[in-house]
Amino acid sequence: MLMSPSSRRRRQGYAAAARPAAARLHEPRLAAHVEDLTVSYHDKPVLFDIDLNVPPGVMCAIVGPNGAGKSTLIKAILGLVKPTSGHITLHGLPYRQVRARVGYVPQRSTVDWDFPTTVHDVVTMGLYGQIGWFKRPGRREREKASEALKMVGMQDFARRQISQLSGGQQQRVFLARALVQEADVYFLDEPMAGVDATTERAIVKILGALRDAGKTVIVVHHDLQTVRSYFDWLVLLNVRVIAQGPVDDIYTADNLRATYGGQIALLEHGDFTRPAPAPGPGPAPGPGFDAQKEDAGPPQAAEAR
Amino acid sequence: MSGLLAFLSDYTIQNVALGAAILGVISGVLGCFAVLRQQSLLGDTLSHAALPGICLGFIFAGTRELSAILAGALLTGILAALFMLALSRRTRLKTDAALGISLSVFFAIGIVLLTYIQGTGNAAQGGLDTFLFGQAAAILRSDIYVMGTITLIGLGLVLAFWKEFKLVTFDPGFAGSLGMPVTVVETALTLLIALAVVVGLQMVGVVLMAAMVIAPAAAARQWVRSLEAMVILSALMGIIAGVSGALVSALATGLATGPLVVLAASALVLVSIFLAPERGLLWSGLRRWRAERHLRGRQVLATMYELAAAHDNPAYPAEQSMLDAYHGLGTGKVLHRLQGRGLVRRTTHMPQEGIHWELTEDGRHEARRSLAALGKDES
Repeated sequence: MLMSPSSRRRRQGYAAAARPAAARLHEPRLAAHVEDLTVSYHDKPVLFDIDLNVPPGVMCAIVGPNGAGKSTLIKAILGLVKPTSGHITLHGLPYRQVRARVGYVPQRSTVDWDFPTTVHDVVTMGLYGQIGWFKRPGRREREKASEALKMVGMQDFARRQISQLSGGQQQRVFLARALVQEADVYFLDEPMAGVDATTERAIVKILGALRDAGKTVIVVHHDLQTVRSYFDWLVLLNVRVIAQGPVDDIYTADNLRATYGGQIALLEHGDFTRPAPAPGPGPAPGPGFDAQKEDAGPPQAAEAR
Repeated sequence: MSGLLAFLSDYTIQNVALGAAILGVISGVLGCFAVLRQQSLLGDTLSHAALPGICLGFIFAGTRELSAILAGALLTGILAALFMLALSRRTRLKTDAALGISLSVFFAIGIVLLTYIQGTGNAAQGGLDTFLFGQAAAILRSDIYVMGTITLIGLGLVLAFWKEFKLVTFDPGFAGSLGMPVTVVETALTLLIALAVVVGLQMVGVVLMAAMVIAPAAAARQWVRSLEAMVILSALMGIIAGVSGALVSALATGLATGPLVVLAASALVLVSIFLAPERGLLWSGLRRWRAERHLRGRQVLATMYELAAAHDNPAYPAEQSMLDAYHGLGTGKVLHRLQGRGLVRRTTHMPQEGIHWELTEDGRHEARRSLAALGKDES
């Protein structure tokens, strides 16, 4: 499942632009490189002058308060949001040329889970980019989707309607859809928001395995308490990049204060000065910043985009 | 019988039924995407905005020339959609407000143009206002060919770009990350819905056309588990609504076809919302009632089991009035149902002291099983 270099060559799909052999690479040593990125909605900057460097093979958290522009940063890198200015490369190439090497898990709440389709079908959608125009998914695609469902422990739900899933199950399905992409760089938007502890552990384990296989995993994360146990690279964001680097260097009281500003009172009660908990288990109970652990509720309706 | 045959072989009736069926297919298929994209109102805006185009087409052609009228309708429909998009993207108006504004502005212009044309006393304008509510009987065989061609083109596009339409409808953000041209696909879907609306203008009219986009899709959604099934069923529902509306209006002369078609489609929606398995009101009500009944049975069994355990007597006779008090409701019915399943039985313990019940061997087994399952659910 984790990709061999040879399987990459078959891909074309929508990103059919042939990669010239002698393409000029910009910062090829970095999995993700962002220069002077500014994004604004209605003349209000959401991201301002972002410079970002994520080396390959790390598990990177993007952390910041609500409205810091975390999701927008990912969307801008993926070309889903048009930046006012800036330059972005992944593995040295603009996104349009490396699309086939990128996997994406959007926020769960951005889709209508009452859509009439099955779990297996949603996972197959991850391969639509490789299938390309006019063709339909075939046996190979169906098998890949089943394999990915097994990896996230959802194989028994393959025929289930997606409207019948819990929040955690929805998130696993989205993760499986990204896994079939067999990418080198994965972007995940709040994959741990509102999921049960079992799902959170499963997700962290799978992401760790991807990292161990040399992939780069970039995650918008909302829970400061688990940053050090889950991730090895950290980007602190609040419209600007406050700090970035190995998590042990960056996760300091000063940096967090600079990122969260007014919410510092919460921070003082946080546990960021305690040693990091052992990796693996779910988050310790206690005040988190967006402690949104609710899994029982009905699937959320799609939000207006 | 021969009367019926003569009726069915009537040329006009054939035309009307065929036209209604074609309309049902195209609006049923494309309505699915509108409904799933939560853009039901888009159909309403597109159809009302067709009115100024109808008038402009008439002014341009000088006569009631169908192709000019439909081209005009398509054009102003698209303009209204673009106007709506510009409003919702460039301003802070929400989509529903933008749709509403676009609809009323274009419809108002249409009415102004319509009254202007009527005021000029052009003899050829006779019946332009039939586009408001449709006039199925005026449909010619050549109109059917126009409608059929548009429908075939629409269906071909849906088939060719099925994957893209589906993913952009379900998850446009992810579709964009794969490199799908999301804006192009969304625009194409909007255009196709505008085409479907244009197909229905003569038959149903601008005011009610939105119902033909929404109703078959909304009805089909209740029954299906995949988009493929939804689109096919929605097309079928569109045909059923179209043909039955057309036939009823032919039988009862004087009743307008368009509104009858819309009523037939709405009846399908009501039936579907009520009867469909899984999602229908009837089934979910039945399911809830069953689950509650089942749960009460389990509760009573568990109580009796725990009483027996507490008294260290597997055949402990529980008094019915005490069980009533425990559960805050009459348990007589529940106990009799359990008795029917062989899980409890009446005992002769102190008959003058009220009714007593004890667990059978099966009842003890069942109680243990459900208590164990409960423990597992909670962990």
